[in-house]
Amino acid sequence: MTTTTKTAVPKPVPVPDEASAPFFDGAMRGTLMLLRCRECATFLSPIPGIGAPLRPRCVACFSGDLEWAPSSGRATLYSFVIMHQLYDEAFAQDVPYNIAVVETDEGVRLTSQVADCPNEALEVGMALEVTFERMSDDVAVPKFRPAT
Amino acid sequence: MEMRDAVRATAAIAGLGITEMGKVYGRTASDFAGEAIALALEDAGLKAHDVDGLLVNANQSTESVPTLQFSLGLTDLTLVNVMSAFGSTTGTMLQYAAHAIATGQASVVACLYADAPLTEGGSISQSGYNGRRFNAPGLAGLRFAYGDYGPANSGYALALRRHMHLFGTTHDQLATIAVGQRAWAQMNPRAQMRKPMTIEDYHASRWVVEPLHLFDCCLVSNGGVAVIVTSPERARELRQPPVYLRGFGQCAPGDTARRERDPAVQTGATKAGAMALRQAGIELADLDVLELYDCYTYTVLVTLEDYGFCEKGEGGAFVADGKLAPGGALPCNTGGGQLSSYYMWGFTPLSEGVIQARGQGGERQAAKHDHVLVSGNGGVLTFHSTTILSKHEGDA
Ligand SMILES: [Zn+2]
Repeated sequence: MTTTTKTAVPKPVPVPDEASAPFFDGAMRGTLMLLRCRECATFLSPIPGIGAPLRPRCVACFSGDLEWAPSSGRATLYSFVIMHQLYDEAFAQDVPYNIAVVETDEGVRLTSQVADCPNEALEVGMALEVTFERMSDDVAVPKFRPAT
Repeated sequence: MEMRDAVRATAAIAGLGITEMGKVYGRTASDFAGEAIALALEDAGLKAHDVDGLLVNANQSTESVPTLQFSLGLTDLTLVNVMSAFGSTTGTMLQYAAHAIATGQASVVACLYADAPLTEGGSISQSGYNGRRFNAPGLAGLRFAYGDYGPANSGYALALRRHMHLFGTTHDQLATIAVGQRAWAQMNPRAQMRKPMTIEDYHASRWVVEPLHLFDCCLVSNGGVAVIVTSPERARELRQPPVYLRGFGQCAPGDTARRERDPAVQTGATKAGAMALRQAGIELADLDVLELYDCYTYTVLVTLEDYGFCEKGEGGAFVADGKLAPGGALPCNTGGGQLSSYYMWGFTPLSEGVIQARGQGGERQAAKHDHVLVSGNGGVLTFHSTTILSKHEGDA
């Protein structure tokens, strides 16, 4: 389930903090963890927007009683783009690479990447499953690959 | 007690100041701010001591803060704030200013946008517009791990791809927006990009984030724009033809990260537009000029759909005949917009809207300019404001 990437300039590795520890612990175990509302069981995307901390409330019922729960890891490709511009030397060997928004079976959208798929084969709506890329000894990040 | 007709404006724009724009180096945002306000006051025939309100559009500049008042030397203000709803802020500022004027809290309000993100020899990636690499804490670190830099580009490209997938929108259709605005820019002495553009040029421009070509994207600029808002009565005594603020609307659709929500293809423009038109007492067909927020070509297309100029998904076909370009049936972004003139967020469409409503557009002036719609859009299609400008205080 895990692959290791080696590049001359290392890619920026997320630094797990207390709030996000269950997510990153799950990633190391090979499980995609999402927030879920204890009141109404709605699954929630952990990040409502770029740079925001974890969400404090359920989007369906506004309960503040949220827990981390495993996702099925199954998703479809909601949209994707191809990054042609090089913003960071660490991605020099990757351009052009994709950035994807996937919609999990639980109805949650996540920004991620599609792995093991050439850019030409990407198609909105394609079935995906989660996979994890090891970035360091302690940190793995979820990506998605074509469902088998 | 005087009863106001609901469709009569309670405030008007009496002054407009636009500094030099674009690659103007060696000046601070505060410097541009001061000049923009000075020009706007001069335009209106007012003095700095007349100003009792200052509203600043929050942006990438660290100088867009409440204490900007001190460096500008403005004193005893009764209305001051830095406002932030990203690219939709302009409409929210005008609305706040108009309400303050209607209630007597302030009488002359300067609304301002100023920034200086470009430095000589510096690349745009060193400005605030593209993410710098770092090992970010928590889930915020994910996007850097994926290489999702310059998140506005990728966010809008994702939205566009979704629209293309659902409705078959094409690059040829988007090109008509970029090419049309470039044609308008050629008649705007302030525009940075005035070289003619063909559809072939558009297709030949490099991918920034596919499906966005370079010519789908706005320009980042140094400069400042200010407008002076005052009461209709006072505006009529001043130097310029008043531009009445007739209607306001806002809508922020919110959460983008679950199946039920789709601001990528269904923005807040629908609610905001209907609200603003209702307040102004007019309909879509009464609009003579559109100044639509155009961080990307796609923003214009989806905004037209959501305002109801065409059905959802038909924006591509709607723009394809060139109706937004000079000589077209629906003059849109008549100064070249942020794609071809200058990038001052919501103050780009606002500034051109004021020029058109006054009838001061020169070569590019729309023949009929009674009602002008100005839109603001921020986040990734997640914040929207609509403002209706008119040369009439109210319609009979
Ligand atoms: Zn709930």
